[in-house]
Parts: sequence; C-alpha cells; structure tokens
Amino acid sequence: MPLPATVRVSLLFLVIAIVALAFSDVAITASNPWRDLGRFFLGMLTPDFFSYEGLATALVRTLAFAFVGVGLGSVCGFGLALLYRWRAVRLCSAFVRAIHELFWALIFLQFFGFHPLTGVLAIAIPYTGIFAKVYSEILDDVNPQAAHLLPRGSGTLVSYLYARLPQCWAQIRTYTLYRLECGLRSSAILGFVGLPTLGYYLEASFSQGQYSEAGAMLLLFYALIATIPVWVRRFTLPLYLAAAPFLLGEGFAIRWGNVERFFTEDIVPAPLRNGDGWSGLQDWLADVMVNQAIPGIWNTLVLTQLSLVATGMLALVTFPLISRHFGGPIRRGSGHIFLVVMRSTPEYVLAYILLQLWGPSMLPAAVALALHNGGIIGHLLGRHSSHIGLRSDAPIGLNRYTYELVPRLYRSFLALLFYRWEIIMRETAILGILGIYTLGFYVDSAIQNIQFDRALVLIVLTALLNIGVDKLSRVIRRRLALQTLPTC
Amino acid sequence: MSFIQLDRVSASFQGQKVLGPLSLTVAPGERVALVGKSGAGKSTLIKLAFDRAREQASTSLIPQDLGLVGALPVFHNVFMGRLDQHRSWYSAVTLFRPFQRDRTEISALLSQLGMAHKQWAPVASLSGGQRQRTAIARAMYQRSETLLADEPVSALDGPLANEVMALLRERFSTSLIALHDVTLALRYCDRVVGIADGAVVLDQPTTKLSEHDLLPLY
Repeated sequence: MPLPATVRVSLLFLVIAIVALAFSDVAITASNPWRDLGRFFLGMLTPDFFSYEGLATALVRTLAFAFVGVGLGSVCGFGLALLYRWRAVRLCSAFVRAIHELFWALIFLQFFGFHPLTGVLAIAIPYTGIFAKVYSEILDDVNPQAAHLLPRGSGTLVSYLYARLPQCWAQIRTYTLYRLECGLRSSAILGFVGLPTLGYYLEASFSQGQYSEAGAMLLLFYALIATIPVWVRRFTLPLYLAAAPFLLGEGFAIRWGNVERFFTEDIVPAPLRNGDGWSGLQDWLADVMVNQAIPGIWNTLVLTQLSLVATGMLALVTFPLISRHFGGPIRRGSGHIFLVVMRSTPEYVLAYILLQLWGPSMLPAAVALALHNGGIIGHLLGRHSSHIGLRSDAPIGLNRYTYELVPRLYRSFLALLFYRWEIIMRETAILGILGIYTLGFYVDSAIQNIQFDRALVLIVLTALLNIGVDKLSRVIRRRLALQTLPTC
Repeated sequence: MSFIQLDRVSASFQGQKVLGPLSLTVAPGERVALVGKSGAGKSTLIKLAFDRAREQASTSLIPQDLGLVGALPVFHNVFMGRLDQHRSWYSAVTLFRPFQRDRTEISALLSQLGMAHKQWAPVASLSGGQRQRTAIARAMYQRSETLLADEPVSALDGPLANEVMALLRERFSTSLIALHDVTLALRYCDRVVGIADGAVVLDQPTTKLSEHDLLPLY
C-alpha cells in the first residue's frame, strides 16, 4: 500500500529530527534539577502577591507597551495592507516581521537606550509587518460584488468604507484582539533585555531564588491573558489606547549623538571603518561566516527541527484533553486550563525557567518550544475535533482516537504545524540570548563585544533564514493542499 | 442612443462557450423580459449588458446574488445606491449617524416594499425575501432611469412579487429583467426575449404572446 503524501512528509520530518537529535547537545547539567523544579512548582502553589511593591508597576508597564506597540502596529499595518499590491511593501513587511521583537529591542537599545521608544518600536515594527500581511489577506477575501455594484464616481475611500470594510470588520477585530494577546507576551519578555516590563522582575526574582514572587507574577500574567475578553471591550479599548502612552514610564533620555554614531560608525563593517578596503572586508565577512554565522545557523536549524517534531507530537497527544469526544466536563475543564497555561507562557519565559532549573543545553529550549507551540496547536485541534460529528456507535478510547479523529484532523494538524515552523525558528534563534548556541547567542555576544556591525549581519542572516523557511513551508503546504487561517 | 446594444457578443467560462454569438438591442422606454431555462445564459447576458450599459449612464443592477453588505443595516445598503451623489465626508458621517433627510426618504421607500420595520436591522439577520427587497430598494434609490435585474422577485411570494414588479415598472422607464415566471413576464413587460443555449430564439412584443407560446422554452 503506497503511503499518502501527508504521511510521507511527516516521516521525512521525523527522520530529520532523529538525525538532528544525534547532532544536538541534549543534557541536564544542573546538579539537582528536580529539587529546583519542585521548588518552582511550590512557588507557583504559594504565590506571594505582596512581597514586591513593583509588581503592579511591572504589570502596568507590560500592558502599556503592549497597547502602544500593537496599536501602532495595527494602524501602520492597515495602511500598508492597502498598498500590499506593491512588491516593495510586501518585501519590507516580510523582512521586518522576520526579525524577532527581542532583536529589534537589542538594536534600538544601542542608540535609543532605555527610552520607552525602544520597547514601543520593538513591538510596533514586527507587528506592522504581520498586520500588513494578514489584513491584506483578509481584505482580499472580501466578496468584491458589493463594490462592483456601486454607482460610478462613488470615490475610493467611500467605496472602501461601505462595500469592503464592513464585510471583514469582525475578522479584523478578532485577529487584532488575538494579536493583542501575543503583544502582551512580547511586552513581558522585553523585560529580559532590561525594559521595565514583567520579564525584568521575573528574572530578578528567579536569580534570587524567590520562587513565590515569580509564581505570583506568572499567575497574574495568566489571569490577565485569560480575562482579556472581560476587560477589553468596545468602550474600554479607546480608554486604554489613550492612557497607554502616558504609562510607559520615563526611561532615560535619548542621546542623539548615540543615534548618529550608531548609523555612521557602529554598524559600518570594521574593515571599512578602519580603511582596510575590499580585501579586508572579504576577510572580515569570511570570519563572521565561519566563526559565527555558520555555527549559529546550524544550531538554529538543529533545534528548530527537533522542536518542530516535538511540538507536533505534543499537540497530537494533548488535543484529546479538550475534545468533546473524550472524557467528561471536569476532565475537559482541567484540560482547558492546562492548555491555556501552556500557550500563555511565552516560550522565552518557559525556556528561561527550564534553563535555570536544568542547566544550559538544547533540552530546556526544545521542551519550552514544544510546550508552548504544542499547547497552541493542541488547543486549536481540540476545538476543531469537537466540531466533528461521530456516528453514535463509533468506537471508544484508543480506537476512536486512531481510527476516527486523527485521520480526520491530520491535514489541519499538518497545516497548523507547518504554519508555525517559521515562528518556531524565529523563537529558536532568539533563545540563543539565554546561552544556547543558536543565532541569538552570536548576536548577543557580538553586541556585548560592541561589534554592532557583526550583530547586524547576523540579524539580517537570521531574517533571511526565517523568510526561507516561510517560503519552504508555503511550498509544502501548497503541494499537500493544506489550508489554514492565520494564527499567532 | 439605445440602452443596450449588443452586436454578436459571446462569452466563455473556463473554455466553455456559455453565450452567443448573440445580438440584442433595447431602446429607451422599452421594458424587456428575458426568459429561458436556468443555464441558458440569462445571468451572463445581464452581467455583460450591465458592464456595457454603465459606460453610458448610471444603471441600476439587481444581480442574482444581490451583492449586499451583510454587516451593514438595511438603511446603509440602500444608501449605497447614491454614494456617487454625496461628498466623501457626508457619506462617512452617514455611516455612523445618518442625516434626517436621507432617513425620511429611505424610510418611505422601504415602507413601499413592506420593509420599514427592518430599516436598522443588519442585512445578515434578514430572510431571503427581505434581502431581495433590500437589493431592490437599493436599485430604486439609485439615480438612474434604467434597470438590469436577474430574477429580482424569485424569493417573494405571489402577491408580493406582483406588487414589487409593479413598483419596478413604475420606477424604471427602461429595463431588462431576467424572469423564470412567465406570467410576471407577460404582465409587467412590453417585450419578451427567449434564450436557449446562449442564443436568442424568440423576440416578440408581449401583446402577441400567450403563456402557451413560452412553454417550449422551458
């Protein structure tokens, strides 16, 4: 019996992951990992909401950066979506969204310093690229007939307002709200590079072993995300948007001399700056490639493929937790909470926690990526599976899972997984900042060594790698005729 | 100048010829019914005629799938018929707060169609017949003397269909309406054009026709 194409592709990715496993460094190096993990969970169970007065400020800052960043991104993204026919706009959007928020933050930190603008732009720029793409896809999907029927001379703007926008407004709103949730996660992790959001305080609590304090922060963050539909309403949203710019904090003033130096000196490749000419530039580039780019790209690819397959497996295992075809309401309720926690925890935070507990290797990173992404896909699959109607005498238990549900869900599953491939890679690169030897590690080290020219080359390479994987994923999805709606 | 002047036109869909070569002329003041089996090419002909006719003058169209914006209320869907008559700011404000003048006019038009109570209901919440009447109201509201319509009363029951056809006859001096109901065609139009396999097979004034003459077309 010939295997279906979807199964062949899955097996291919499985084999790649097994080969990648052989090349990866996967180990627990901490002396007592389980004791620390136990302490961490104990901290979650005994949260201490009052030990730290800065907690409220951290939450307000996290919200403020998310609202300003996502708000700005959605307005600019909508503008660009109207111009998305232009190749230049498409390329620019693809490029800015291929660079992770943390990389943007690292760049802006070099010349804006700890000014609120750094955090705002770090979110707004990549989100602009994402919004431009998704909004334009949504707008293209609108039935053009209503616009076609308008009397001649109705005016472009008015045609838009009447015949196009209302048809997709609900979709745009849902997607933007969903992105706001992602923006909250992005905002929280910006703290890890020193901005005054949740990540900053989380890192401080962790490094001091204050697990109850860290637990309180995480629990509050989950509560904040889980209750978004309650506190973000049509009449409260404008209020938040208006207030957010004033709640970003003072930061430090921008030194414009730094800005000028960054663009005219820092990012100019060293050999050009020192007048070593073209041969010097060649040697310099070769050095960057051999010692930083190639090892970084290799490790990024290895970790990405490992995490991708682990994500897939986890999603397939966890979706029955919330599927109405398995278990009763109690089991499903706890399944929901489990998956919400998994997907609400930013992978960067998960990786940070696991790295603290298990010591540096690819293992904590892969587990963090799989938990977060597997949680998202598992949640979507579980919801999807609940819409499937089974005949009343359908088998139960494992047979129901293997014969009835997985075959019907497998295409959606693959579509979602390939959709997240590029996202997983972007995250993999960034996790290098935590000390795993992916591209982010080399970018971060270059910045620490005040070699911004090298850092910039590496960031651009990372972006190109992401764009390449995105293209490949699209080709595979088209070949297999997989369709998916935009998700985070 | 003729309202519609098609001279040996043809149309294909995915390599398959669906219409023509076909010639048809409709003069100002003529009310023409287009009859024929489904799949005979009526819808294609109406679309083609619309694209040509609007080049000359504003023309109302009621397509088979109505082309309404489901998320907007009935009022705004009707108002869209005159978007060319207002300045952009006026239309933009109307989207949020309609002006009294337009409210009165559209409300009067809707009550003629028995739809006054649905003026502020989103079109997505309406029944098939109510949606059809919304599209008819939009066509009537538009500043045009000519109408192209594709089965405009297919979702309305007998008496209502007659009322609406009478309104359309009164409002538009010139029209080309695709109809599958032979009785309505004979009652509300002056001339009947029969189509089969993408070609004109019958073209007579209504006065010379009976229902019996049209049966072979179906």
